[in-house]
Amino acid sequence: MSKNTVAITGNDAAAYAIKQINPDVMAAYPITPQTALVQKFSEYVADGLVKTEFVTVESEHSAMSACVGAAAAGGRVMTATAANGLALMFEIVYIAASSKLPIVMPVVNRALSGPINIHCDHSDSMAARDSGWIQLYSENAQEAYDNTIQAIRIAENMKVRLPVMVMFDGFITSHGIEMVDFLDDEVVQNFVGDYQPNNPLLDPEKPLTYGPLDLYDYYFEHKRQQAEDIKNSKPIILDVAREFEKISGRPYGLFESYQLEDAETAIVALSSTAGTAKEVVDEMRAKGKRVGLLKPRVFRPFPYQEIAKALSHLKAVAILDRSDSFGAFGGPLFTEIRSAMMEFGKIPENIDIIYGLGGRDINEQDIEGVYNQLDAIAKSGKVKERIQYLGVRE
Amino acid sequence: MTTNKQKGWKEIPKGGLILEAGNSEKYETGSWRSLRPVRDEKKCTNCLICWVYCPDSSIIVKDGKIKEIDYDHCKGCGICAAECPVNAITMVDESEFRNEKTEKGGKK
Amino acid sequence: MAKLKEVSKKQDILSSGHRLCAGCGASIAVRQILSACDDPVVVASATGCLEVATTIYPYTSWRSSFIHNAFENAAATISGVEAMYQSLKKQGKIDKEMKFIAFGGDGGTYDIGLQSLSGALERGHDFVYVCYDNEAYMNTGIQRSSATPRGVWTTTSPCGEVIPGKTQYRKDLTGIIAAHKIPYVAQASIWRWSDLIDKAHKAFYTKGPAFLNVLSPCPRGWRFPSEETIKMAKLSVQTNFWPLYEVENGKWKLNYKPKERKSVTEWMEPQGRYKDALRPENKQLVEEIQKDIDDNWERLLILCGEK
Repeated sequence: MSKNTVAITGNDAAAYAIKQINPDVMAAYPITPQTALVQKFSEYVADGLVKTEFVTVESEHSAMSACVGAAAAGGRVMTATAANGLALMFEIVYIAASSKLPIVMPVVNRALSGPINIHCDHSDSMAARDSGWIQLYSENAQEAYDNTIQAIRIAENMKVRLPVMVMFDGFITSHGIEMVDFLDDEVVQNFVGDYQPNNPLLDPEKPLTYGPLDLYDYYFEHKRQQAEDIKNSKPIILDVAREFEKISGRPYGLFESYQLEDAETAIVALSSTAGTAKEVVDEMRAKGKRVGLLKPRVFRPFPYQEIAKALSHLKAVAILDRSDSFGAFGGPLFTEIRSAMMEFGKIPENIDIIYGLGGRDINEQDIEGVYNQLDAIAKSGKVKERIQYLGVRE
Repeated sequence: MTTNKQKGWKEIPKGGLILEAGNSEKYETGSWRSLRPVRDEKKCTNCLICWVYCPDSSIIVKDGKIKEIDYDHCKGCGICAAECPVNAITMVDESEFRNEKTEKGGKK
Repeated sequence: MAKLKEVSKKQDILSSGHRLCAGCGASIAVRQILSACDDPVVVASATGCLEVATTIYPYTSWRSSFIHNAFENAAATISGVEAMYQSLKKQGKIDKEMKFIAFGGDGGTYDIGLQSLSGALERGHDFVYVCYDNEAYMNTGIQRSSATPRGVWTTTSPCGEVIPGKTQYRKDLTGIIAAHKIPYVAQASIWRWSDLIDKAHKAFYTKGPAFLNVLSPCPRGWRFPSEETIKMAKLSVQTNFWPLYEVENGKWKLNYKPKERKSVTEWMEPQGRYKDALRPENKQLVEEIQKDIDDNWERLLILCGEK
């Protein structure tokens, strides 16, 4: 263990990443379970440890609005939020993406009201999946730290110039204490580099207009550009990951395959649940079961070819959704993957497991149960129920 | 519905930005008019009240004097005529200028 | 004292070719206000008449940098721009003097934008906020706002069989802003252009937040001929409907006192939106409106030390 390994919460790890990145402006509003992140950062500001102009806005809507103004002005901008805070800034989230502003925002995944619930699920960031932001999910505090730093390079790349959301689980990761390996300040500074402005408002020699009115003769063209741009961010996400591996020793990609290549059945799960599933995979493998795990990291742009290919050899796969889409045929991760599998490769038997809403816990026995179900499906070739709810009291 | 003149998605700047500041000057709102302000140069005292009250920057001032009215943009609201302290501006029916041609030969 | 011959030498930041209505009070306000800025300026605007008519893609009427974000967040947006400016200035990356101004209609200021305005003022950003008050949500077709005067017809407060137009009095936004204890607050009129340009200059060059409330008569929404915009602005002041005053570091100062206050009916008569209010059976309503104006004026006189 290096001297930079500390026991720290996910919030504090993300706050430390922001400190090392040292953005020009941060406009943020506190909301559970992100509050500790903002509080930690406030201490850095009060101690003069960052150059950041910290704007203590009066709502999340104003947080993202001020971020849009600051980013358009021409500098490095960050913020953070969760759940209803993300919901409140929703219209501006779309505007940040359509104006091509490279804002980076940790989102501490928490359930959307109502009833009001402060615990972990993915309904908040999933609701923003159409917004045009790049979306990265983090399994643990280490990934939250690493993804936040990489997000700056992804967002600010001149071929991308799109905002990036970095998710990590509320309370489970944000408040749980884990071992995190920090990079040196200089290493982070060199990695993120100086901010290169692109069409800044603050250049009186080159005045320009942000946010015009599009009538029906131009809106579609602007949206078509957005679709193309986010698609083209994929290779850059991989390039940044390669560079990051060189300075950290930690590899990242579009997703993580855990004992997947020779597996017969597998689970697809995001964030901390993937961490729990890895333990189950290890235990079951020791008993000779050929089980595996796919943990998506990049949700937008969705790596449909790569994930479909990685799953195509399986006999059965369970896709775990920590959010629901009422009225849809399954949760968001399920619908993305099932649709992707239609396009590419053989389609394994697949089921959707909706779980963990509002912080309902999922443990190793639950996951083992899912693998056992997959085993039965693989043997019989029959799926009794395509969309299932795990952990809810009937 | 598209027109031939409008650019496709690969040609327009990204992010919805408009990079040419003040380019709305190219958009001629003068066609909105049904009444045209006509200034009597002899009566005009160059007080510039019409200039400060024009919603469309269509009173052109040079070196503290009224040079001309920008008929490419003047919407004919009539404020200048109403506010001129010496009644030097009259609102005249636009149809009286129907047969005038611009320098390029187009309709005025 | 602003001198037109000097002021007219500067190029307008708002160019022609915008699509605001003929006779629009808002564009007159914007032209007069921006003429008072001697430094490069970044303009933000809330969604509304001004923003929509000046930035129909691919055209923009703004010769300075301009940002439109959404309806309720002009103040939050400009506070982000200003925060970035402060940050870059402190880092030595920018050395020019720049100014920051946000425009919002009464919709985007009195109503949906009140929160973000209040927040930006409380945080003390160095910027100017101008409300061009045309007393309704004009851009979307004349719906009532909290700035709509009592008795007025709008599409969402029509004069019907049972309800006689807008029943509430206007919100005293300028008073609310003064209560934020920012360095400079003023109410101004496009009729008294010299007063408005001086106030705009003060607003730009006072350190910290400054707020201007400018009545912007709207020929379409108020139902008067387009050439009478300045006449309406003048009547609003002469009837004490729209008093002209400043609050500089908490000190209230009256800028104009009509020798003899005109009756509110002189304000109402030229405007079609008051047609119903002026019917003989609504005499009581007009008396109440007059009393409200007179009470507000008395209160203002006391605040300004004129009584």
